[in-house]
Amino acid sequence: MRIIRLPLAALRWLASCLLLGLVLVHAAQAGPLEDAAALFANDSFTDTAKAIELLVDSGAEHAGPAIDALNNRRLFVAADKTVFFRDASGAFIALVSGAKLPAEPAGANGVRVNNRIRSVINTALGTLTLQSPDPAKRRAAAEAVFKSRSPDSETALQAAIRNEKVAAIREIQQTALAAIIATSPNRSDIDRLAAIEVLKERGDRESLTPLNQIPDSAGANVKDAAKAAVQTINNRLATWSAVQNAWYGVSLGSVLLLAAIGLAITFGVMGIINMAHGEMVMIGAYATFIIQEIIRQNAPGLFEYSLAIAIPAAFILAGLIGIAMERLVIRHLYGRPLETLLATWGISLILMQAIRTIFGPTNREVGAPAFMSGSFRIGLIDITYGRVWIVGFALVVFFAVLALLRFTPLGLQMRAVTQNRRMAASMGIRTARVDALTFGLGSGIAGLAGVALSQIDNVSPNLGQSYIIDSFMVVVFGGVGNLWGTLVAALSLGIANKFLEPFAGAVLGKIALLVFIILFIQKRPRGLFALKGRAVEQ
Amino acid sequence: MTMTRRSLLASSAMAAAAATLPAIPAFAQSGDTIKVGILHSLSGTMAISETTLKDVMLMLIEEQNKKGGLLGKKLEAVVVDPASNWPLFAEKARELITQHKVAATFGCWTSVSRKSVLPVFKELNNILFYPVQYEGEESERNVFYTGAAPNQQAIPAVDYLMSKDGGEVKRWVLAGTDYVYPRTTNKILEAYLLAKGVAKEDIMINYTPFGHSDWQTIVADIKKFGSAGKKTAVVSTINGDANVPFYKELGNAGIKATDIPVVAFSVGEEELAGIDTKPLVGHLAAWNYFQSVKNPANEAFIKQWKAYKKSDKAVTNDPMEAHVIGFNMWIKAVEKAKSVAPDAVIDAIVGVEVPNLTGGISKMLPNHHITKPVLIGEIRADGQFDVVWQTKDLVPGDAWTDHLEGSKDLESDWVTLKCGNYNTKLKKCG
Repeated sequence: MRIIRLPLAALRWLASCLLLGLVLVHAAQAGPLEDAAALFANDSFTDTAKAIELLVDSGAEHAGPAIDALNNRRLFVAADKTVFFRDASGAFIALVSGAKLPAEPAGANGVRVNNRIRSVINTALGTLTLQSPDPAKRRAAAEAVFKSRSPDSETALQAAIRNEKVAAIREIQQTALAAIIATSPNRSDIDRLAAIEVLKERGDRESLTPLNQIPDSAGANVKDAAKAAVQTINNRLATWSAVQNAWYGVSLGSVLLLAAIGLAITFGVMGIINMAHGEMVMIGAYATFIIQEIIRQNAPGLFEYSLAIAIPAAFILAGLIGIAMERLVIRHLYGRPLETLLATWGISLILMQAIRTIFGPTNREVGAPAFMSGSFRIGLIDITYGRVWIVGFALVVFFAVLALLRFTPLGLQMRAVTQNRRMAASMGIRTARVDALTFGLGSGIAGLAGVALSQIDNVSPNLGQSYIIDSFMVVVFGGVGNLWGTLVAALSLGIANKFLEPFAGAVLGKIALLVFIILFIQKRPRGLFALKGRAVEQ
Repeated sequence: MTMTRRSLLASSAMAAAAATLPAIPAFAQSGDTIKVGILHSLSGTMAISETTLKDVMLMLIEEQNKKGGLLGKKLEAVVVDPASNWPLFAEKARELITQHKVAATFGCWTSVSRKSVLPVFKELNNILFYPVQYEGEESERNVFYTGAAPNQQAIPAVDYLMSKDGGEVKRWVLAGTDYVYPRTTNKILEAYLLAKGVAKEDIMINYTPFGHSDWQTIVADIKKFGSAGKKTAVVSTINGDANVPFYKELGNAGIKATDIPVVAFSVGEEELAGIDTKPLVGHLAAWNYFQSVKNPANEAFIKQWKAYKKSDKAVTNDPMEAHVIGFNMWIKAVEKAKSVAPDAVIDAIVGVEVPNLTGGISKMLPNHHITKPVLIGEIRADGQFDVVWQTKDLVPGDAWTDHLEGSKDLESDWVTLKCGNYNTKLKKCG
């Protein structure tokens, strides 16, 4: 007993001595990391912000990974107030020592971040990665410093400018430096004037922010120069905003075009008032959702191609439903537009409620493949890739339909049947089959529109409702039975809408457009491009 | 006219009588069940939001029946579908009360549907529990507002954004869908901001039609408005369906929450379920409840809900919590009054306290609004919210805002004043 007890007591004594020593050493060295850890443990945003600054100033090797971990909510405070983080590889690292921990400490709570902390993190990471070997990271860092304009980053920024080899990145770094000089206090007027010149050179919307933040202490000539620079940039932006409106108009027009092409066939060519047209669009969007779900579960690698796979699927699904509709209901109602209207409206309600029952009333998430997200810049306007793809897709669909009607035997038969059914029938065309196929084609194209619209709108049972009025508007305005009219009408309505919106607002803009169309139809009841000839007169 | 007489009657003599009588014959329940009306759209545009509220009510009623029902009787849910059609709401409300003889109704989402059923509930003297955040400026004897009034959502959200933690916002975009809730809320907010010293040119107000889907111009305008050198935020009262394309466009245009945060009053867990939320991380929402709130009551509720929906992905949201509170308050009031007669319940329910799901105790106030905590949450990558700020105490709902002329002198008190819009200056009701 004794023999065991003595060494145990001794050990205990030794251990406590050691611990005390450790504590003393720690207290003696209470460096920035200890302070930062204590601040992180406080769970207050103000303290977290201070802690980040301490981390950056500490120059510790693991400061960068720790801040990155905080940004991704992987920085924790354990029950015993130990602060640690999980790095990108999944290892647990103590903040104070930078050493790997054998296991995750118990009772860990994530340190909370909000937008304020995220801005501080961006500045900190920007400062830390200004000289990263990865050019993309250096560029992002320079942009982050440009946005934050934090004078703390200035030294790091100047060092980075000296070492930067890529001219484009150096330019961003210089504008970032200029933004800091222009906005921080206690600078000479000469420095400020030079900085304003650099910002004016950059000349985009982002450069306006620092130019509007010249401190009051600056000289009058500096303020005047800043004002002049703002004026110059604003003038340039005004010119570009016309280009921007035109692009937005084309992009809205292409959405209208996509939604209306199918209707241009069922309503325009066949003369059926198809109120269920919007639901075909919706079914196309749901087909996209189903395809993406299947891909997500079975072959996640194919996700990038999900939309390409969804295009034929949506076309076939909507087309088949269209054919079924035509065979079962609509063919019994030819020549009776009022009944057709009511019947198709009924079908639209049935389809909506069916989708609601199967998929639930809430929105479904349709993801965007990587090549469709993000934006690029032409001059001073940002253009999103998704919109470019939709404009392209709308045009491809349009010309494909045009070619189909013009150059294929099926197209020829369609035109023949709709122009003179009896004569076509006596030429040996099976008109009933052609009717079904034409209606199927129109519905299928609406399904294609659904694939594109799933990228920009809600995928919900109500999706079609928001496009049915617009589609009819486009087809009637363009001239019933004329595909080119549909194209011109869609684009001109889109552009007119987007030029009206900045002045009149979205609500009034839409009303103004509707009033215009009503007046226009009074004057030209057959739309922009009226078909001429006897067939129309019937 | 009949209404005033009826409420006068109720307020004077009937109240005392109702409290002592077990049940007034006119409201005797047919058979052995107590019927509860559920008036939520199950089809049409609003089905997206309202269907879950119907489900949560069915779950609560089922649960209550397992506990032995109410006053020794089973509860029976009567579900009707007003199909997002505002006049139909009034018809269905009438059907619930006159044909089905429900004891109380839980329902409505949009303000216009509530306004449409108000006359019915007044005329037939029944009870409506309304679970959605709304624009205020209303207090009715027959309606209990378990959602947030503007001072329980909009004003605290703006206060947070003006604080240091919120980013000290100086410039404001008030964007909303063009109908009564956003218009009134924005009017209140504008008055509040101006009173706080925000310059007129630092406020931009923008309205869009229902279901607006092309946000390119407006997002570009917001970007432009935000480049004037002052910290800018968007306060969004954009309604349900239009939110997805709005957030998609924000993400596409590269507007991050650290640049221009968007705080929304109509976007919850349910709405985010249809969006890829990664580009939206950090954008905010103000509510009185978030699914991510950690406490035993909420965890039990979420578990129960997921089991009821038989889906692990089922989310909970603020209006659902409002129904939970409203339903429990009604149960307590009925037990207190020992009757389901509306007049008795209306008198008994004021002052009733039930636990809410965020860890506090909500109380029904004399103005028929309740006390709630206000929470600000930031969107997480997984579609849930991180609570970044919350009020220390529960905030009592204020029916008439203090920030608008004509409304700041009004007070609502159904216990002592017996009036929903008592003018404190003129000292009279109405």
